[in-house]
Amino acid sequence: MADFLLELLTEEIPARMQKGARGELEKLFRREMDAAGVAAGDLTIWSTPRRLALIARGLPLETEAVRDEAKGPPVGAPDQAVDGFCRKNGVTRDQLEEREVKGRATYFAVIEKPGQAVSDLLGAAIPAIIRDFAWPKSMRWGDASISSESPKWVRPLSGIVALLDGEVVACETAGWAAGRATFGHRFHSEGEIEIASADEYAPKLRDVCVIVDHEERAGIIREGARKAAKAAGLSVVEDEGLVVENAGLTEWPVPLLGRFDESFLEVPPEVIQLTARVNQRYFVCEERAPDGTTRLANAFVCTANIAAQDPAVVVDGNRKVLAARLADARFFWELDQKKTLAQHAEGLERITFHEKLGTVADKVDRVAKLAAWLVFDAKEPNGDRELTRQAGELCKADLVTEMVGEFPELQGLMGGYYAEKEGLPPEVSGAIRDHYKPMGQGDEVPTEPTSVAVSLADKLDNLLSFFKIDVLPTGSKDPFALRRAALGVLRLIQVNQLKIELDEVTLAWASKTIVGLPEKLADFLLDRLMVQLRDQGVRHDYISASRDWQGKVDMRIDRVEARARALTAFLNSENGTNLLAGYKRAANILKKENHVTPAEENPSGKDLSYAPDPDEKALIDALDVAAPKAASAVEAEDFEAAMAALATLRTPIDAFFDNVIVNDPDADKRDARLALLARFRDAVHHVADFSRIEG
Amino acid sequence: MSLEPNFQPPARNPKGSFQDLILTLHDFWVAQGCVVLQPYDMRMGAGTFHTATTLRALGPEPWNAAFVQPCRRPTDGRYGENPNRLQHYYQYQVILKPSPADIQDLYLGSLKAIGIDPLRHDIRFVEDDWESPTLGAWGLGWEVWCDGMEVTQFTYFQQMGGFDCKPVAGELTYGLERLAMYVQGVDSVYDLDFNGRGVSYGEVFLENERQMSKWNFEVADTDALFDLFTKAEAECRNTLENGVPIAAYEQAVEASHIFNLLQARGVISVQERASYMGRVRDLARGSCETYAEQMAPQWAEKYPEWSLV
Repeated sequence: MADFLLELLTEEIPARMQKGARGELEKLFRREMDAAGVAAGDLTIWSTPRRLALIARGLPLETEAVRDEAKGPPVGAPDQAVDGFCRKNGVTRDQLEEREVKGRATYFAVIEKPGQAVSDLLGAAIPAIIRDFAWPKSMRWGDASISSESPKWVRPLSGIVALLDGEVVACETAGWAAGRATFGHRFHSEGEIEIASADEYAPKLRDVCVIVDHEERAGIIREGARKAAKAAGLSVVEDEGLVVENAGLTEWPVPLLGRFDESFLEVPPEVIQLTARVNQRYFVCEERAPDGTTRLANAFVCTANIAAQDPAVVVDGNRKVLAARLADARFFWELDQKKTLAQHAEGLERITFHEKLGTVADKVDRVAKLAAWLVFDAKEPNGDRELTRQAGELCKADLVTEMVGEFPELQGLMGGYYAEKEGLPPEVSGAIRDHYKPMGQGDEVPTEPTSVAVSLADKLDNLLSFFKIDVLPTGSKDPFALRRAALGVLRLIQVNQLKIELDEVTLAWASKTIVGLPEKLADFLLDRLMVQLRDQGVRHDYISASRDWQGKVDMRIDRVEARARALTAFLNSENGTNLLAGYKRAANILKKENHVTPAEENPSGKDLSYAPDPDEKALIDALDVAAPKAASAVEAEDFEAAMAALATLRTPIDAFFDNVIVNDPDADKRDARLALLARFRDAVHHVADFSRIEG
Repeated sequence: MSLEPNFQPPARNPKGSFQDLILTLHDFWVAQGCVVLQPYDMRMGAGTFHTATTLRALGPEPWNAAFVQPCRRPTDGRYGENPNRLQHYYQYQVILKPSPADIQDLYLGSLKAIGIDPLRHDIRFVEDDWESPTLGAWGLGWEVWCDGMEVTQFTYFQQMGGFDCKPVAGELTYGLERLAMYVQGVDSVYDLDFNGRGVSYGEVFLENERQMSKWNFEVADTDALFDLFTKAEAECRNTLENGVPIAAYEQAVEASHIFNLLQARGVISVQERASYMGRVRDLARGSCETYAEQMAPQWAEKYPEWSLV
């Protein structure tokens, strides 16, 4: 058994790609080893900005010899057949063996595959791994790039180390021959270093200031940032994404704490944090205020990639860069406040929302109107119309501020701050701040009525506006993020238990009836609901079964969901499964018999021309109780109760099918029993459309 | 003035003056065999627009050049009141084709030459890809950080004018004022020592920034600018039809700058913006494409293994 080391030295690999690259390296190595018939062994994969490394422990030095036998044509078969068999198996005719098979002499080809040196297999695998490696973006470089066919890699490949059991694996690819020489830290080490074996790799690189294990580096950064903050009496604002990114930017990470001018703290903390994180990859720190609350401190932690001769020099350089960035931010913060949000909002007339949908100012008018309607005129009003209208009118004003121009991700948040500074009521500033929420599945969902109304209105306006001009997402293309808007609408409805009628919403939005638009909206939202609830175990066909209300697509998403959830619980129960089977059986019989009975003629059980069988009678009685019960429960939108009423039909329907003959020679009986089944089917159908349930 | 027949060039002091920083970079890249060019005599937004970069990135012939290019960014003007932002500044541009295997080491050597010691300062290569839809060009590379400050854009050109770069060129773009501020340790660009003998950057450029900012933002005659744009566009097409794509490319550069001026004057609406950018892109790409197609036969003759596409 032997250990294998592969190092692919590369000019700086983008930090965000390193995790994926480790996965890709493992996948391709396993693929190659599988194809070669070698157990891949125990794998360790590391990355730094300048190298990808793989260590496979416990590889064999040789693959086992394999003896394959192939049965051929019988002796005496035409030459053509025998020659073809030889060709196929790569043997000559005189190498064939003759054996008895069921009393007939038959040719056999015996193919001996000798064991192969794993080193040779690796030598063939490495070029394949490099060739097939899928980077998010890759490039050509150097002299070879005069041809379009030259090697591609994420950045120029600058060397290959490949050692099996301490011996160099012979291989040449992408302009490099594999060897045992690599380089240490870019600045703390000079010249090549030689690696003797896989075991020696990590310690030897550590000697030249490279920590190859990305997780170890992440630990150093995480702990180092905490320690540096603690030493200054602060606590670091934890940010695991930043830890991983800095680990991907350094081979020898050294977290260093610096201070910035306290006066910058007048800028909102989110701005400072974003400036530090996005532009500079710095952590920010918090401190305990005299009043016991926690607030942002005037400190940052940067991660150097050197053990600097004088860390203060590095810190000071970083401080200056951050100060320049914060000075810009403060300049924007002050400049933006020289105008009111209402004044900023005037600038929205100059921003096109969409060429067919007018300007953002037009959009804002629609949003304000719809938000006011939602909060005050909808069936369940619960907020102040004028405040909501104001919040709607101002919600996009920050788009034309300098700060949001610089940091688009602060949209909403900055508007909220500026509204606060201007002295607008908290409902208004809160709604401006939160109206983009929820941004994703895990994001916070607004609950304050003004915020809910503006947030819903913004998203519904996006959906309705684009649907009106027939712009819908196709496949993976959703340039206007309509799926995300729909998901936001669903989450707002769910968290706030809203009972919104989509047709009324559409009418309020358009001030007139637009044929087909409410249905488009409902269909789209229901499609997203299927995707959303699938993860929660609600099958898509259960939603299909629940989507109609009084013969049309239900305009209340909350009602569809409640019904689908009740249906899920019911069909997950034994009663539910059996009832579904009974329903399908009844529906099949009715379909086969082409049965059509007007609903009002369904036998009540009282005016039958014959004495019903006991199990027939039991079903009639059960339906007499259950059908009205289920119907009134549906009416009251109590779908659990409706399902519970259906559950009482399970035993009678099972017994009916077991003991009653539907296709009775007596036509009266037959008709009455078919009508009974139709009544059963309709009762079930009234609760949910079971015909749409699959399987 | 007395003649100095035995003139000895003084030792460079890149930490002491802006011009010595530039001269030191010249010395360094001359030693690497670069052709040292002078700035392109047109207004442009970046050194990348210099034909020594764009047009020379096309084709198979080796090309190593270094030059300073003044950059005009009308909307970045701050009337001389912001210590970091200018509507006119300098880039130092190096183009090495094919990209040498040791290009990163060469670059780091140039930083050492101007006094940046990588054991005192934290130098980092941070992902930053480059794309210019205007030029039909893109490349992969980094922004180089020095103690957190971006001092250089480092790009391996992959495509130019819509054609694969064969071979790939490496492009280094140093922000000269930033680097100088860093090595001189000053916080305002106007405080930079320009010549090491008491002339500051402010003395050279402050008044220029004030007046040009005012012109860019307030004074420039917009009717005349619209007219210039249309004329540059027409002339670009005229030159293309007459088989002189280098001249066409100049008109594309001109149109691009006029467009930037119109932007600074705030007379191009958001809706129109995309359309103007599209028009500039068509000119620039058309020029590059025609240039490459026109040159392709003679390139292919010299480099039989090469092909345009």
